[in-house]
Amino acid sequence: MIIKVLGPGCLKCKEAESIVNAAVKESNIDAAVEKITDFKEMMALGIMSTPAVIVDDKIMCTGRVPSKAEVIKWITGGTS
Amino acid sequence: MSKCCCSSKDDHKESILQDYVKNKDIMCGKEHKKEISRFKYFGIALLASAIWTGLYSVLVPASQWITYGILELSHGTPVADSVEFFIYDTSKILMLLVFMVYLIGWLRAGLHVERVRTYLAGKGRGIGYLLGAGFGSITPFCSCSSIPLFLGFTMARIPIGITMSFLITSPLINEIAVVLLWGLLGWKVTAIYITIGVFAGVLGGIVMDAIKAERWLQPFILHAIKNEPTSQASGFEPQANNISLMDRHEFAYSEAKNIFQRVWLWVLFGVGLGAALHGFVPQEWFAENLGAGQWWSVPLAVAVGIPLYTNVTGIIPIMESLLMKGLPLGTTLAFCMSTVAASLPEVIMLKQVMRWKFVAIFLGMLLIIFTLVGWFFNAMSGAIL
Repeated sequence: MIIKVLGPGCLKCKEAESIVNAAVKESNIDAAVEKITDFKEMMALGIMSTPAVIVDDKIMCTGRVPSKAEVIKWITGGTS
Repeated sequence: MSKCCCSSKDDHKESILQDYVKNKDIMCGKEHKKEISRFKYFGIALLASAIWTGLYSVLVPASQWITYGILELSHGTPVADSVEFFIYDTSKILMLLVFMVYLIGWLRAGLHVERVRTYLAGKGRGIGYLLGAGFGSITPFCSCSSIPLFLGFTMARIPIGITMSFLITSPLINEIAVVLLWGLLGWKVTAIYITIGVFAGVLGGIVMDAIKAERWLQPFILHAIKNEPTSQASGFEPQANNISLMDRHEFAYSEAKNIFQRVWLWVLFGVGLGAALHGFVPQEWFAENLGAGQWWSVPLAVAVGIPLYTNVTGIIPIMESLLMKGLPLGTTLAFCMSTVAASLPEVIMLKQVMRWKFVAIFLGMLLIIFTLVGWFFNAMSGAIL
């Protein structure tokens, strides 16, 4: 599983990244977390507002910091 | 999820319809774990508002009682004046803040820049500027989002002017600004501030289109626009569209909580400064020492303000102290708006998508608009305050 966290590196984006990392750790899932800071790449992915989280090419949220429970639900397939 | 094209008006309508149908599907399929009955929710809301109103209406006697009854300060001394002002103002502003942020959060739950884009993409220029500025004032986005947002709007073929309207207005107006202004400076200044914020956005947008500013975008964007026949939406429907009452409440509650945590210290600090001035510094200090209203003081204030970086939460308490010291309304407004609307870090970010000429015109335009605003309100301030 590939999780992308997008954001140029402001406070909110860092917060989102650490929440995603914590969620991955907690749910014991083998996932690679990538940080995307290049805005050309963001454009290519269709992201307009950051922070944004993409799980396996599916955009899960944009423009806000997700909660840890939310992220766990996304990566475990909503079984929690 | 399917992609939808938003390049023409008909397609646009269709995509909104599809969105709607999709959202309804999601809504029906969604598990409502902790749904609340409408009746109960509004009952609680009504009760909460009644308690809030009750508290709010006794703020004046309460702060007097604390100042003179509990702290036993004597009437008319500068210390007593300052303390009373501080207690009254901080509690008033914090109460207003919680109320307004919750209310606005409730109303805009589910409003995302993606939806704004889809909506704006179908609009003509005339109304587009106003809508762009209007959305700019109510849509929240993290300041470092301005580049991806700019690109997203441009790729959707939204005219550059409408995008600029959105970008100019967005940092100037938000609910915190409205609350702070209202609490500290009264509704008149608030109304003026909002009007100018939207006006600056609309005017800026019109100018940018009139001079065909899109010529000076960075080449890679122009290239991308040329090579992509239709703009593509992100294929993403924000999940918050399937909003139930409980979802709205949760969003509004977390907004209110986050913003309160973020700004309460600013409020205490800003009002503290204001309170000290209120009690100890003579009203006309500024006017007497620096002389009020020379014509050049306005462009100078704007030129100093543009590279400075602050957000609207930090600047409004300063605005209050400047006004209290007797700095004219127009000069103060011009200075504060220019610090909020643009900054050196922002210019460096904008440079990634705009060529220097575009950046220079953008800044020059802000300078002119805010200077005109400053002159106008200096001339009018007698009638307003």
